[in-house]
Amino acid sequence: MTAAGTNRYDAIVIGGGHNGLTCAAYLAKAGRKTLVLERRHVLGGAAVTEELYPGFRYTVCSYVVSLLRPEVIRELELAKHGLHLLPLQSSFAPMENGDHFATYPDEASTREEILRHSKRDADIFPKFEQLMYQMAYAVKPILGMVPPNPASPGLRGLGTLRDLGKHIQSLGQDTFHDLTKIMTMSVSDLLDEWFETDIIKALFGLNGIIGTKLGPKSPGTAYVLLHHYMGELDGAFTAWGWQRGGTGGVSEAIASAACSYGAEIRTEAPVAQVIVKNGRAVGVALENGDEFHANTIVSGCDPHVTFRKLVEEKELPEDLVHAIDRFKFRGSSGKVNLALDALPKFTAMSDTSPVQMVEICPSMDYLEHAYDDSSYGGFSKRPYMDIIVPSTIDPTMAPPGKHVMSIFVQYASYDMPEYGNKDQQRDAFGNAVIDTLTEFAPNLKDIILHKQVLTPWDIEQQMGLTEGNIFHGELTLDQLFFFRPAPGYADFRTPIRNYYQCGSGTHPGGGITSGPGRLAALEILRDRN
Amino acid sequence: MPRKSPFHARTTELCTSQNWQEWSGYFSADSYALDHMREYNAVRTTAALFDVTPLFKYHVRGRDAGRLLDRVVTRDVPKCREGQVVYTTWCDDDGKIIDDGTLARIGEDAYRLTAAMPTIDWLQDNALGLEVEIDDVTHDFGGLALQGPTSRDLLQQLTGADLGRLPYFHLVEDELAGSPVRISRTGYTGDLGFEIFVETMYAEQVWDAIVDTGRDYNLQPAGNVALDVVRIEAGLLLIDVDFVSSAHTIFEVQKSTPYELGLGWTVKLGKDSFVGRDALREEKTRGPKWATVGLVVDILALEKIYADYSMPLHLPYTSWNCAVPVYAHEEPRDPIGKATSGTWSPILKQYVVIARVDPRHAKPGSRIFLEETVEGRRYPVPAEVVKLPFFDPARKKETLS
Repeated sequence: MTAAGTNRYDAIVIGGGHNGLTCAAYLAKAGRKTLVLERRHVLGGAAVTEELYPGFRYTVCSYVVSLLRPEVIRELELAKHGLHLLPLQSSFAPMENGDHFATYPDEASTREEILRHSKRDADIFPKFEQLMYQMAYAVKPILGMVPPNPASPGLRGLGTLRDLGKHIQSLGQDTFHDLTKIMTMSVSDLLDEWFETDIIKALFGLNGIIGTKLGPKSPGTAYVLLHHYMGELDGAFTAWGWQRGGTGGVSEAIASAACSYGAEIRTEAPVAQVIVKNGRAVGVALENGDEFHANTIVSGCDPHVTFRKLVEEKELPEDLVHAIDRFKFRGSSGKVNLALDALPKFTAMSDTSPVQMVEICPSMDYLEHAYDDSSYGGFSKRPYMDIIVPSTIDPTMAPPGKHVMSIFVQYASYDMPEYGNKDQQRDAFGNAVIDTLTEFAPNLKDIILHKQVLTPWDIEQQMGLTEGNIFHGELTLDQLFFFRPAPGYADFRTPIRNYYQCGSGTHPGGGITSGPGRLAALEILRDRN
Repeated sequence: MPRKSPFHARTTELCTSQNWQEWSGYFSADSYALDHMREYNAVRTTAALFDVTPLFKYHVRGRDAGRLLDRVVTRDVPKCREGQVVYTTWCDDDGKIIDDGTLARIGEDAYRLTAAMPTIDWLQDNALGLEVEIDDVTHDFGGLALQGPTSRDLLQQLTGADLGRLPYFHLVEDELAGSPVRISRTGYTGDLGFEIFVETMYAEQVWDAIVDTGRDYNLQPAGNVALDVVRIEAGLLLIDVDFVSSAHTIFEVQKSTPYELGLGWTVKLGKDSFVGRDALREEKTRGPKWATVGLVVDILALEKIYADYSMPLHLPYTSWNCAVPVYAHEEPRDPIGKATSGTWSPILKQYVVIARVDPRHAKPGSRIFLEETVEGRRYPVPAEVVKLPFFDPARKKETLS
């Protein structure tokens, strides 16, 4: 292949995950001839929907949406391209004693439910929700900032630091203190300051451990809770939604927007390497040897793939190599997707109306035990599960009367040799999930038509996420903002000229945000104009 | 006390919010749960079931039935074939709109007219010398609107009629769960959907059949709060909100014509004489005084106003229905019209508004200003003029081959 002709682009994005697609859409919208190269046969990366059993569609990895930046929805006109988010407004958590805790779309019903458990907590609940709302509002401007390098900020970085300082000042002392506490505390300690009812603490606490190899009593987990509350749906802070057709539908909408602006997308086009000449990225080579050239190369992959796989070590400064090698991935969660012949019946739920979210997290200790179980390897014997049955609100997921169940499971380790080979590990993990869930929904085993089990290792193999970490790296304070993915390299650029990063391993990544994709594209356009 | 619809025993069981209003003399559910979002999403994602019994319904039969209706309504009635339904307006002598509704031809010389207001008197007044029988069957029939993307698949399980081939705005008579019904491919949601009219004695069994089958199709009973959001998205006007019936006001300023409401397409000036024709013909030549348009509010501008109060953007999650002024410029002087209803559209991710403006400002793409109240203060907020409807999915009209 030659450098001239059809293989020449202005920009090449490696990886058709939601951030890669977002970046490509912005570049194409700005008139850049843009190519997206995706390794798999489907787009979306970890935001992908696949029909693995005829008529039943799984939202394979990620499953709910909240953090997707509203400016991206607006600027890329994603609603026009198929973004269709249905709010998830109720949840249900069965308890070990047969009781349950539930939340409802309206405050009055939720308050009634809390009153069953604690009069005090019924008063506290709206105040805690208000705190989360306030934190989401406080964090919102930071999500749209390009992290400066505090050690060497430059003029623009100084501007950002000044804005950040002003913003923090504007929050007022109390909010700033709350924010600082949330950034540093354990979610368990934070919740102990607020609630007396264990099940309520558990229900909030679970948000502190998602995607993180930490237990609810580990410091730093309160931030992970905030990360799950800093999104918004149609301007409603902290709200979560389901994308019609699964999270693959989000990726498809972004891809459709990108194509409408002229981007070209190729699937089954795995990139082996970024071609670097004299410290400058000039193109990419596919595994089959095909080459594509551009003077802008963007990696939507995680930091490990971006810096340790796609380019050679000799191209990078030592501090970056070390930082990336120390970057914590530590995948801690797995996924089980089920095709069901009927709705599962939860013993603790007398009401027959379908519930949107089910949390298998009956107590705070249950969560901590689940963590303890896996902290020396293996998986939790009785894991925490975040479950949705999207077919109750979205007819595109399963045939009429049938259902699909998405089960996010934690904790599981990347490698679990005590259970045998990878197939045996997967089976053992899947069985623990189904067995535990059957304790709460006894008809489950009788209605399973098909199951897909993904351990962290499977997530790495299938989606390319290093060690199966769903966030492209853990969301701990040492890996956020200035530090994401490494100090001095958080502004989407890399030490290799013309080589950029736009995956969830950059700010404000972790989850379906499209934030890194957008900010990276804006930085690229800045450099290139 | 308002009347109970023939579905009331069922709806009252489901309406846990007790959120009722009076609609044309009937109890009507505003929302079944306290929050309407699930009902809204059912319309756009699965299927929603509305009790539309309160619509006024008239059977007009006899040799001159078509002649009478052609004399009253603005559409060309002889062109309406058996099994067809047309949307129509009807006006007074001055061409001012009295009401709108659907007119279905249910036999060679038989029609069914639905209306928002009592209309028998108006029909009778115009029937002088004609061989026609007019029955008010409002209370004899229950009406259901089954609306949403899965509505056809659901309903098809219950009837032998080939709904896949039933074109938009057509009607079929068949049995549903052993009950005689008329099913029309019509609705007030701008989505794929059907309206089912059934004699009251069969009403509950039809409801039960739809709800039972509906379990597999994510069916959700839905009320007026959700309906108002979807009808605004669909650019459909609401009487007493977006316009006032000329029969219900003595003030000229409150009256409007089909042309002013963007309903000029329903006025067939070429047909035989009908009530209001001369005035409407004159208006068409002169050009209407108002144009009804869609507005898409610039939410970034609105967000900035809220930011001045250190507040995040607030959006209207339920519709608003009180008129606010619209301006040509940012200075709030001399309104160029009024906005009559608006809502945040979750599916479009846009703040959409129906407004009536000076035709000089009605060109799609024009930027005008809408009054928004933030923390008790009024602000002109920019908005873009667009054509109605805002939301118009292909499935609304598509038939299956």
